[in-house]
Amino acid sequence: MADADHDKITKTIELKVPIARVWRALTDHKEFGRWFQVELDQKFEPGEKSTGRMTYPGHEGAPWVVYVERMEPERLFSFRWFDSADGSPAQGDDQPALLVEFLLEKVPSGTRLTITESGFSALPQPRRIEVMRRNEEGWNSQAENLAQYCSA
Amino acid sequence: MKRAGIVRPKTLPNIVQHKDQRPAPVMAAVFAALGDDTRLVIISKLQDGADHSISKLTEGLSLTRQGVSRHLRVLEEARLVRRHRVGRETRYHLEVEALERARHYLAHVSAQWDDAIERLTKHLEG
Repeated sequence: MADADHDKITKTIELKVPIARVWRALTDHKEFGRWFQVELDQKFEPGEKSTGRMTYPGHEGAPWVVYVERMEPERLFSFRWFDSADGSPAQGDDQPALLVEFLLEKVPSGTRLTITESGFSALPQPRRIEVMRRNEEGWNSQAENLAQYCSA
Repeated sequence: MKRAGIVRPKTLPNIVQHKDQRPAPVMAAVFAALGDDTRLVIISKLQDGADHSISKLTEGLSLTRQGVSRHLRVLEEARLVRRHRVGRETRYHLEVEALERARHYLAHVSAQWDDAIERLTKHLEG
């Protein structure tokens, strides 16, 4: 299920595994890195910066920078990041404006995970869309990478 | 395209000028402008592509002309709406480009998350 509000993205999925398992996949930095495809330098800690490098095919080495907000075991994991081509603040960016939240709920089938990304209206000068509109080619190659990866 | 599965190209090409040489609308302003139910209603009224007067836009809204006028100004600043005069009257129409850019942006972000979710699901459920 997906919902794109006018300034917020919400995704809800039901995972057929226990909530503790999902929590670990999200908050254990090594495990997170395995599925998200980033190599992280340190554990996730509320209030602390998380750094690393992408391992996503075709973009290996690109920097990862997020600021962990909340870690409420088996309930909520959230972080903030910048909206920019390399994840780092650009001129005029004081605060990482975008908030990503992972909300977990126990359901009979396992775990309901709701992912929300919000804060687009607070961006000083959103770059993703500029990058996106001027890099349709880049997206096509990305889609190819993904297709190859998924079929591997 | 970065962010571990949510990836953006590292190099940015030169800025593309809007076709009539105005700077492109600031997207954050667009999202902020869209973050209001009344403005969303006004936009939906304008989505027929026609020009509308303030009176027309005020119909059905529990707001005064001035209230609607204020909202229209926010929409104009975000380049979502433009005005022009027809005789003595001011008419408003939707600027599709800004809206499409906002939607395109969100569709892009949405697709990135879909990809990440697929990887998480595969990782957990096999």
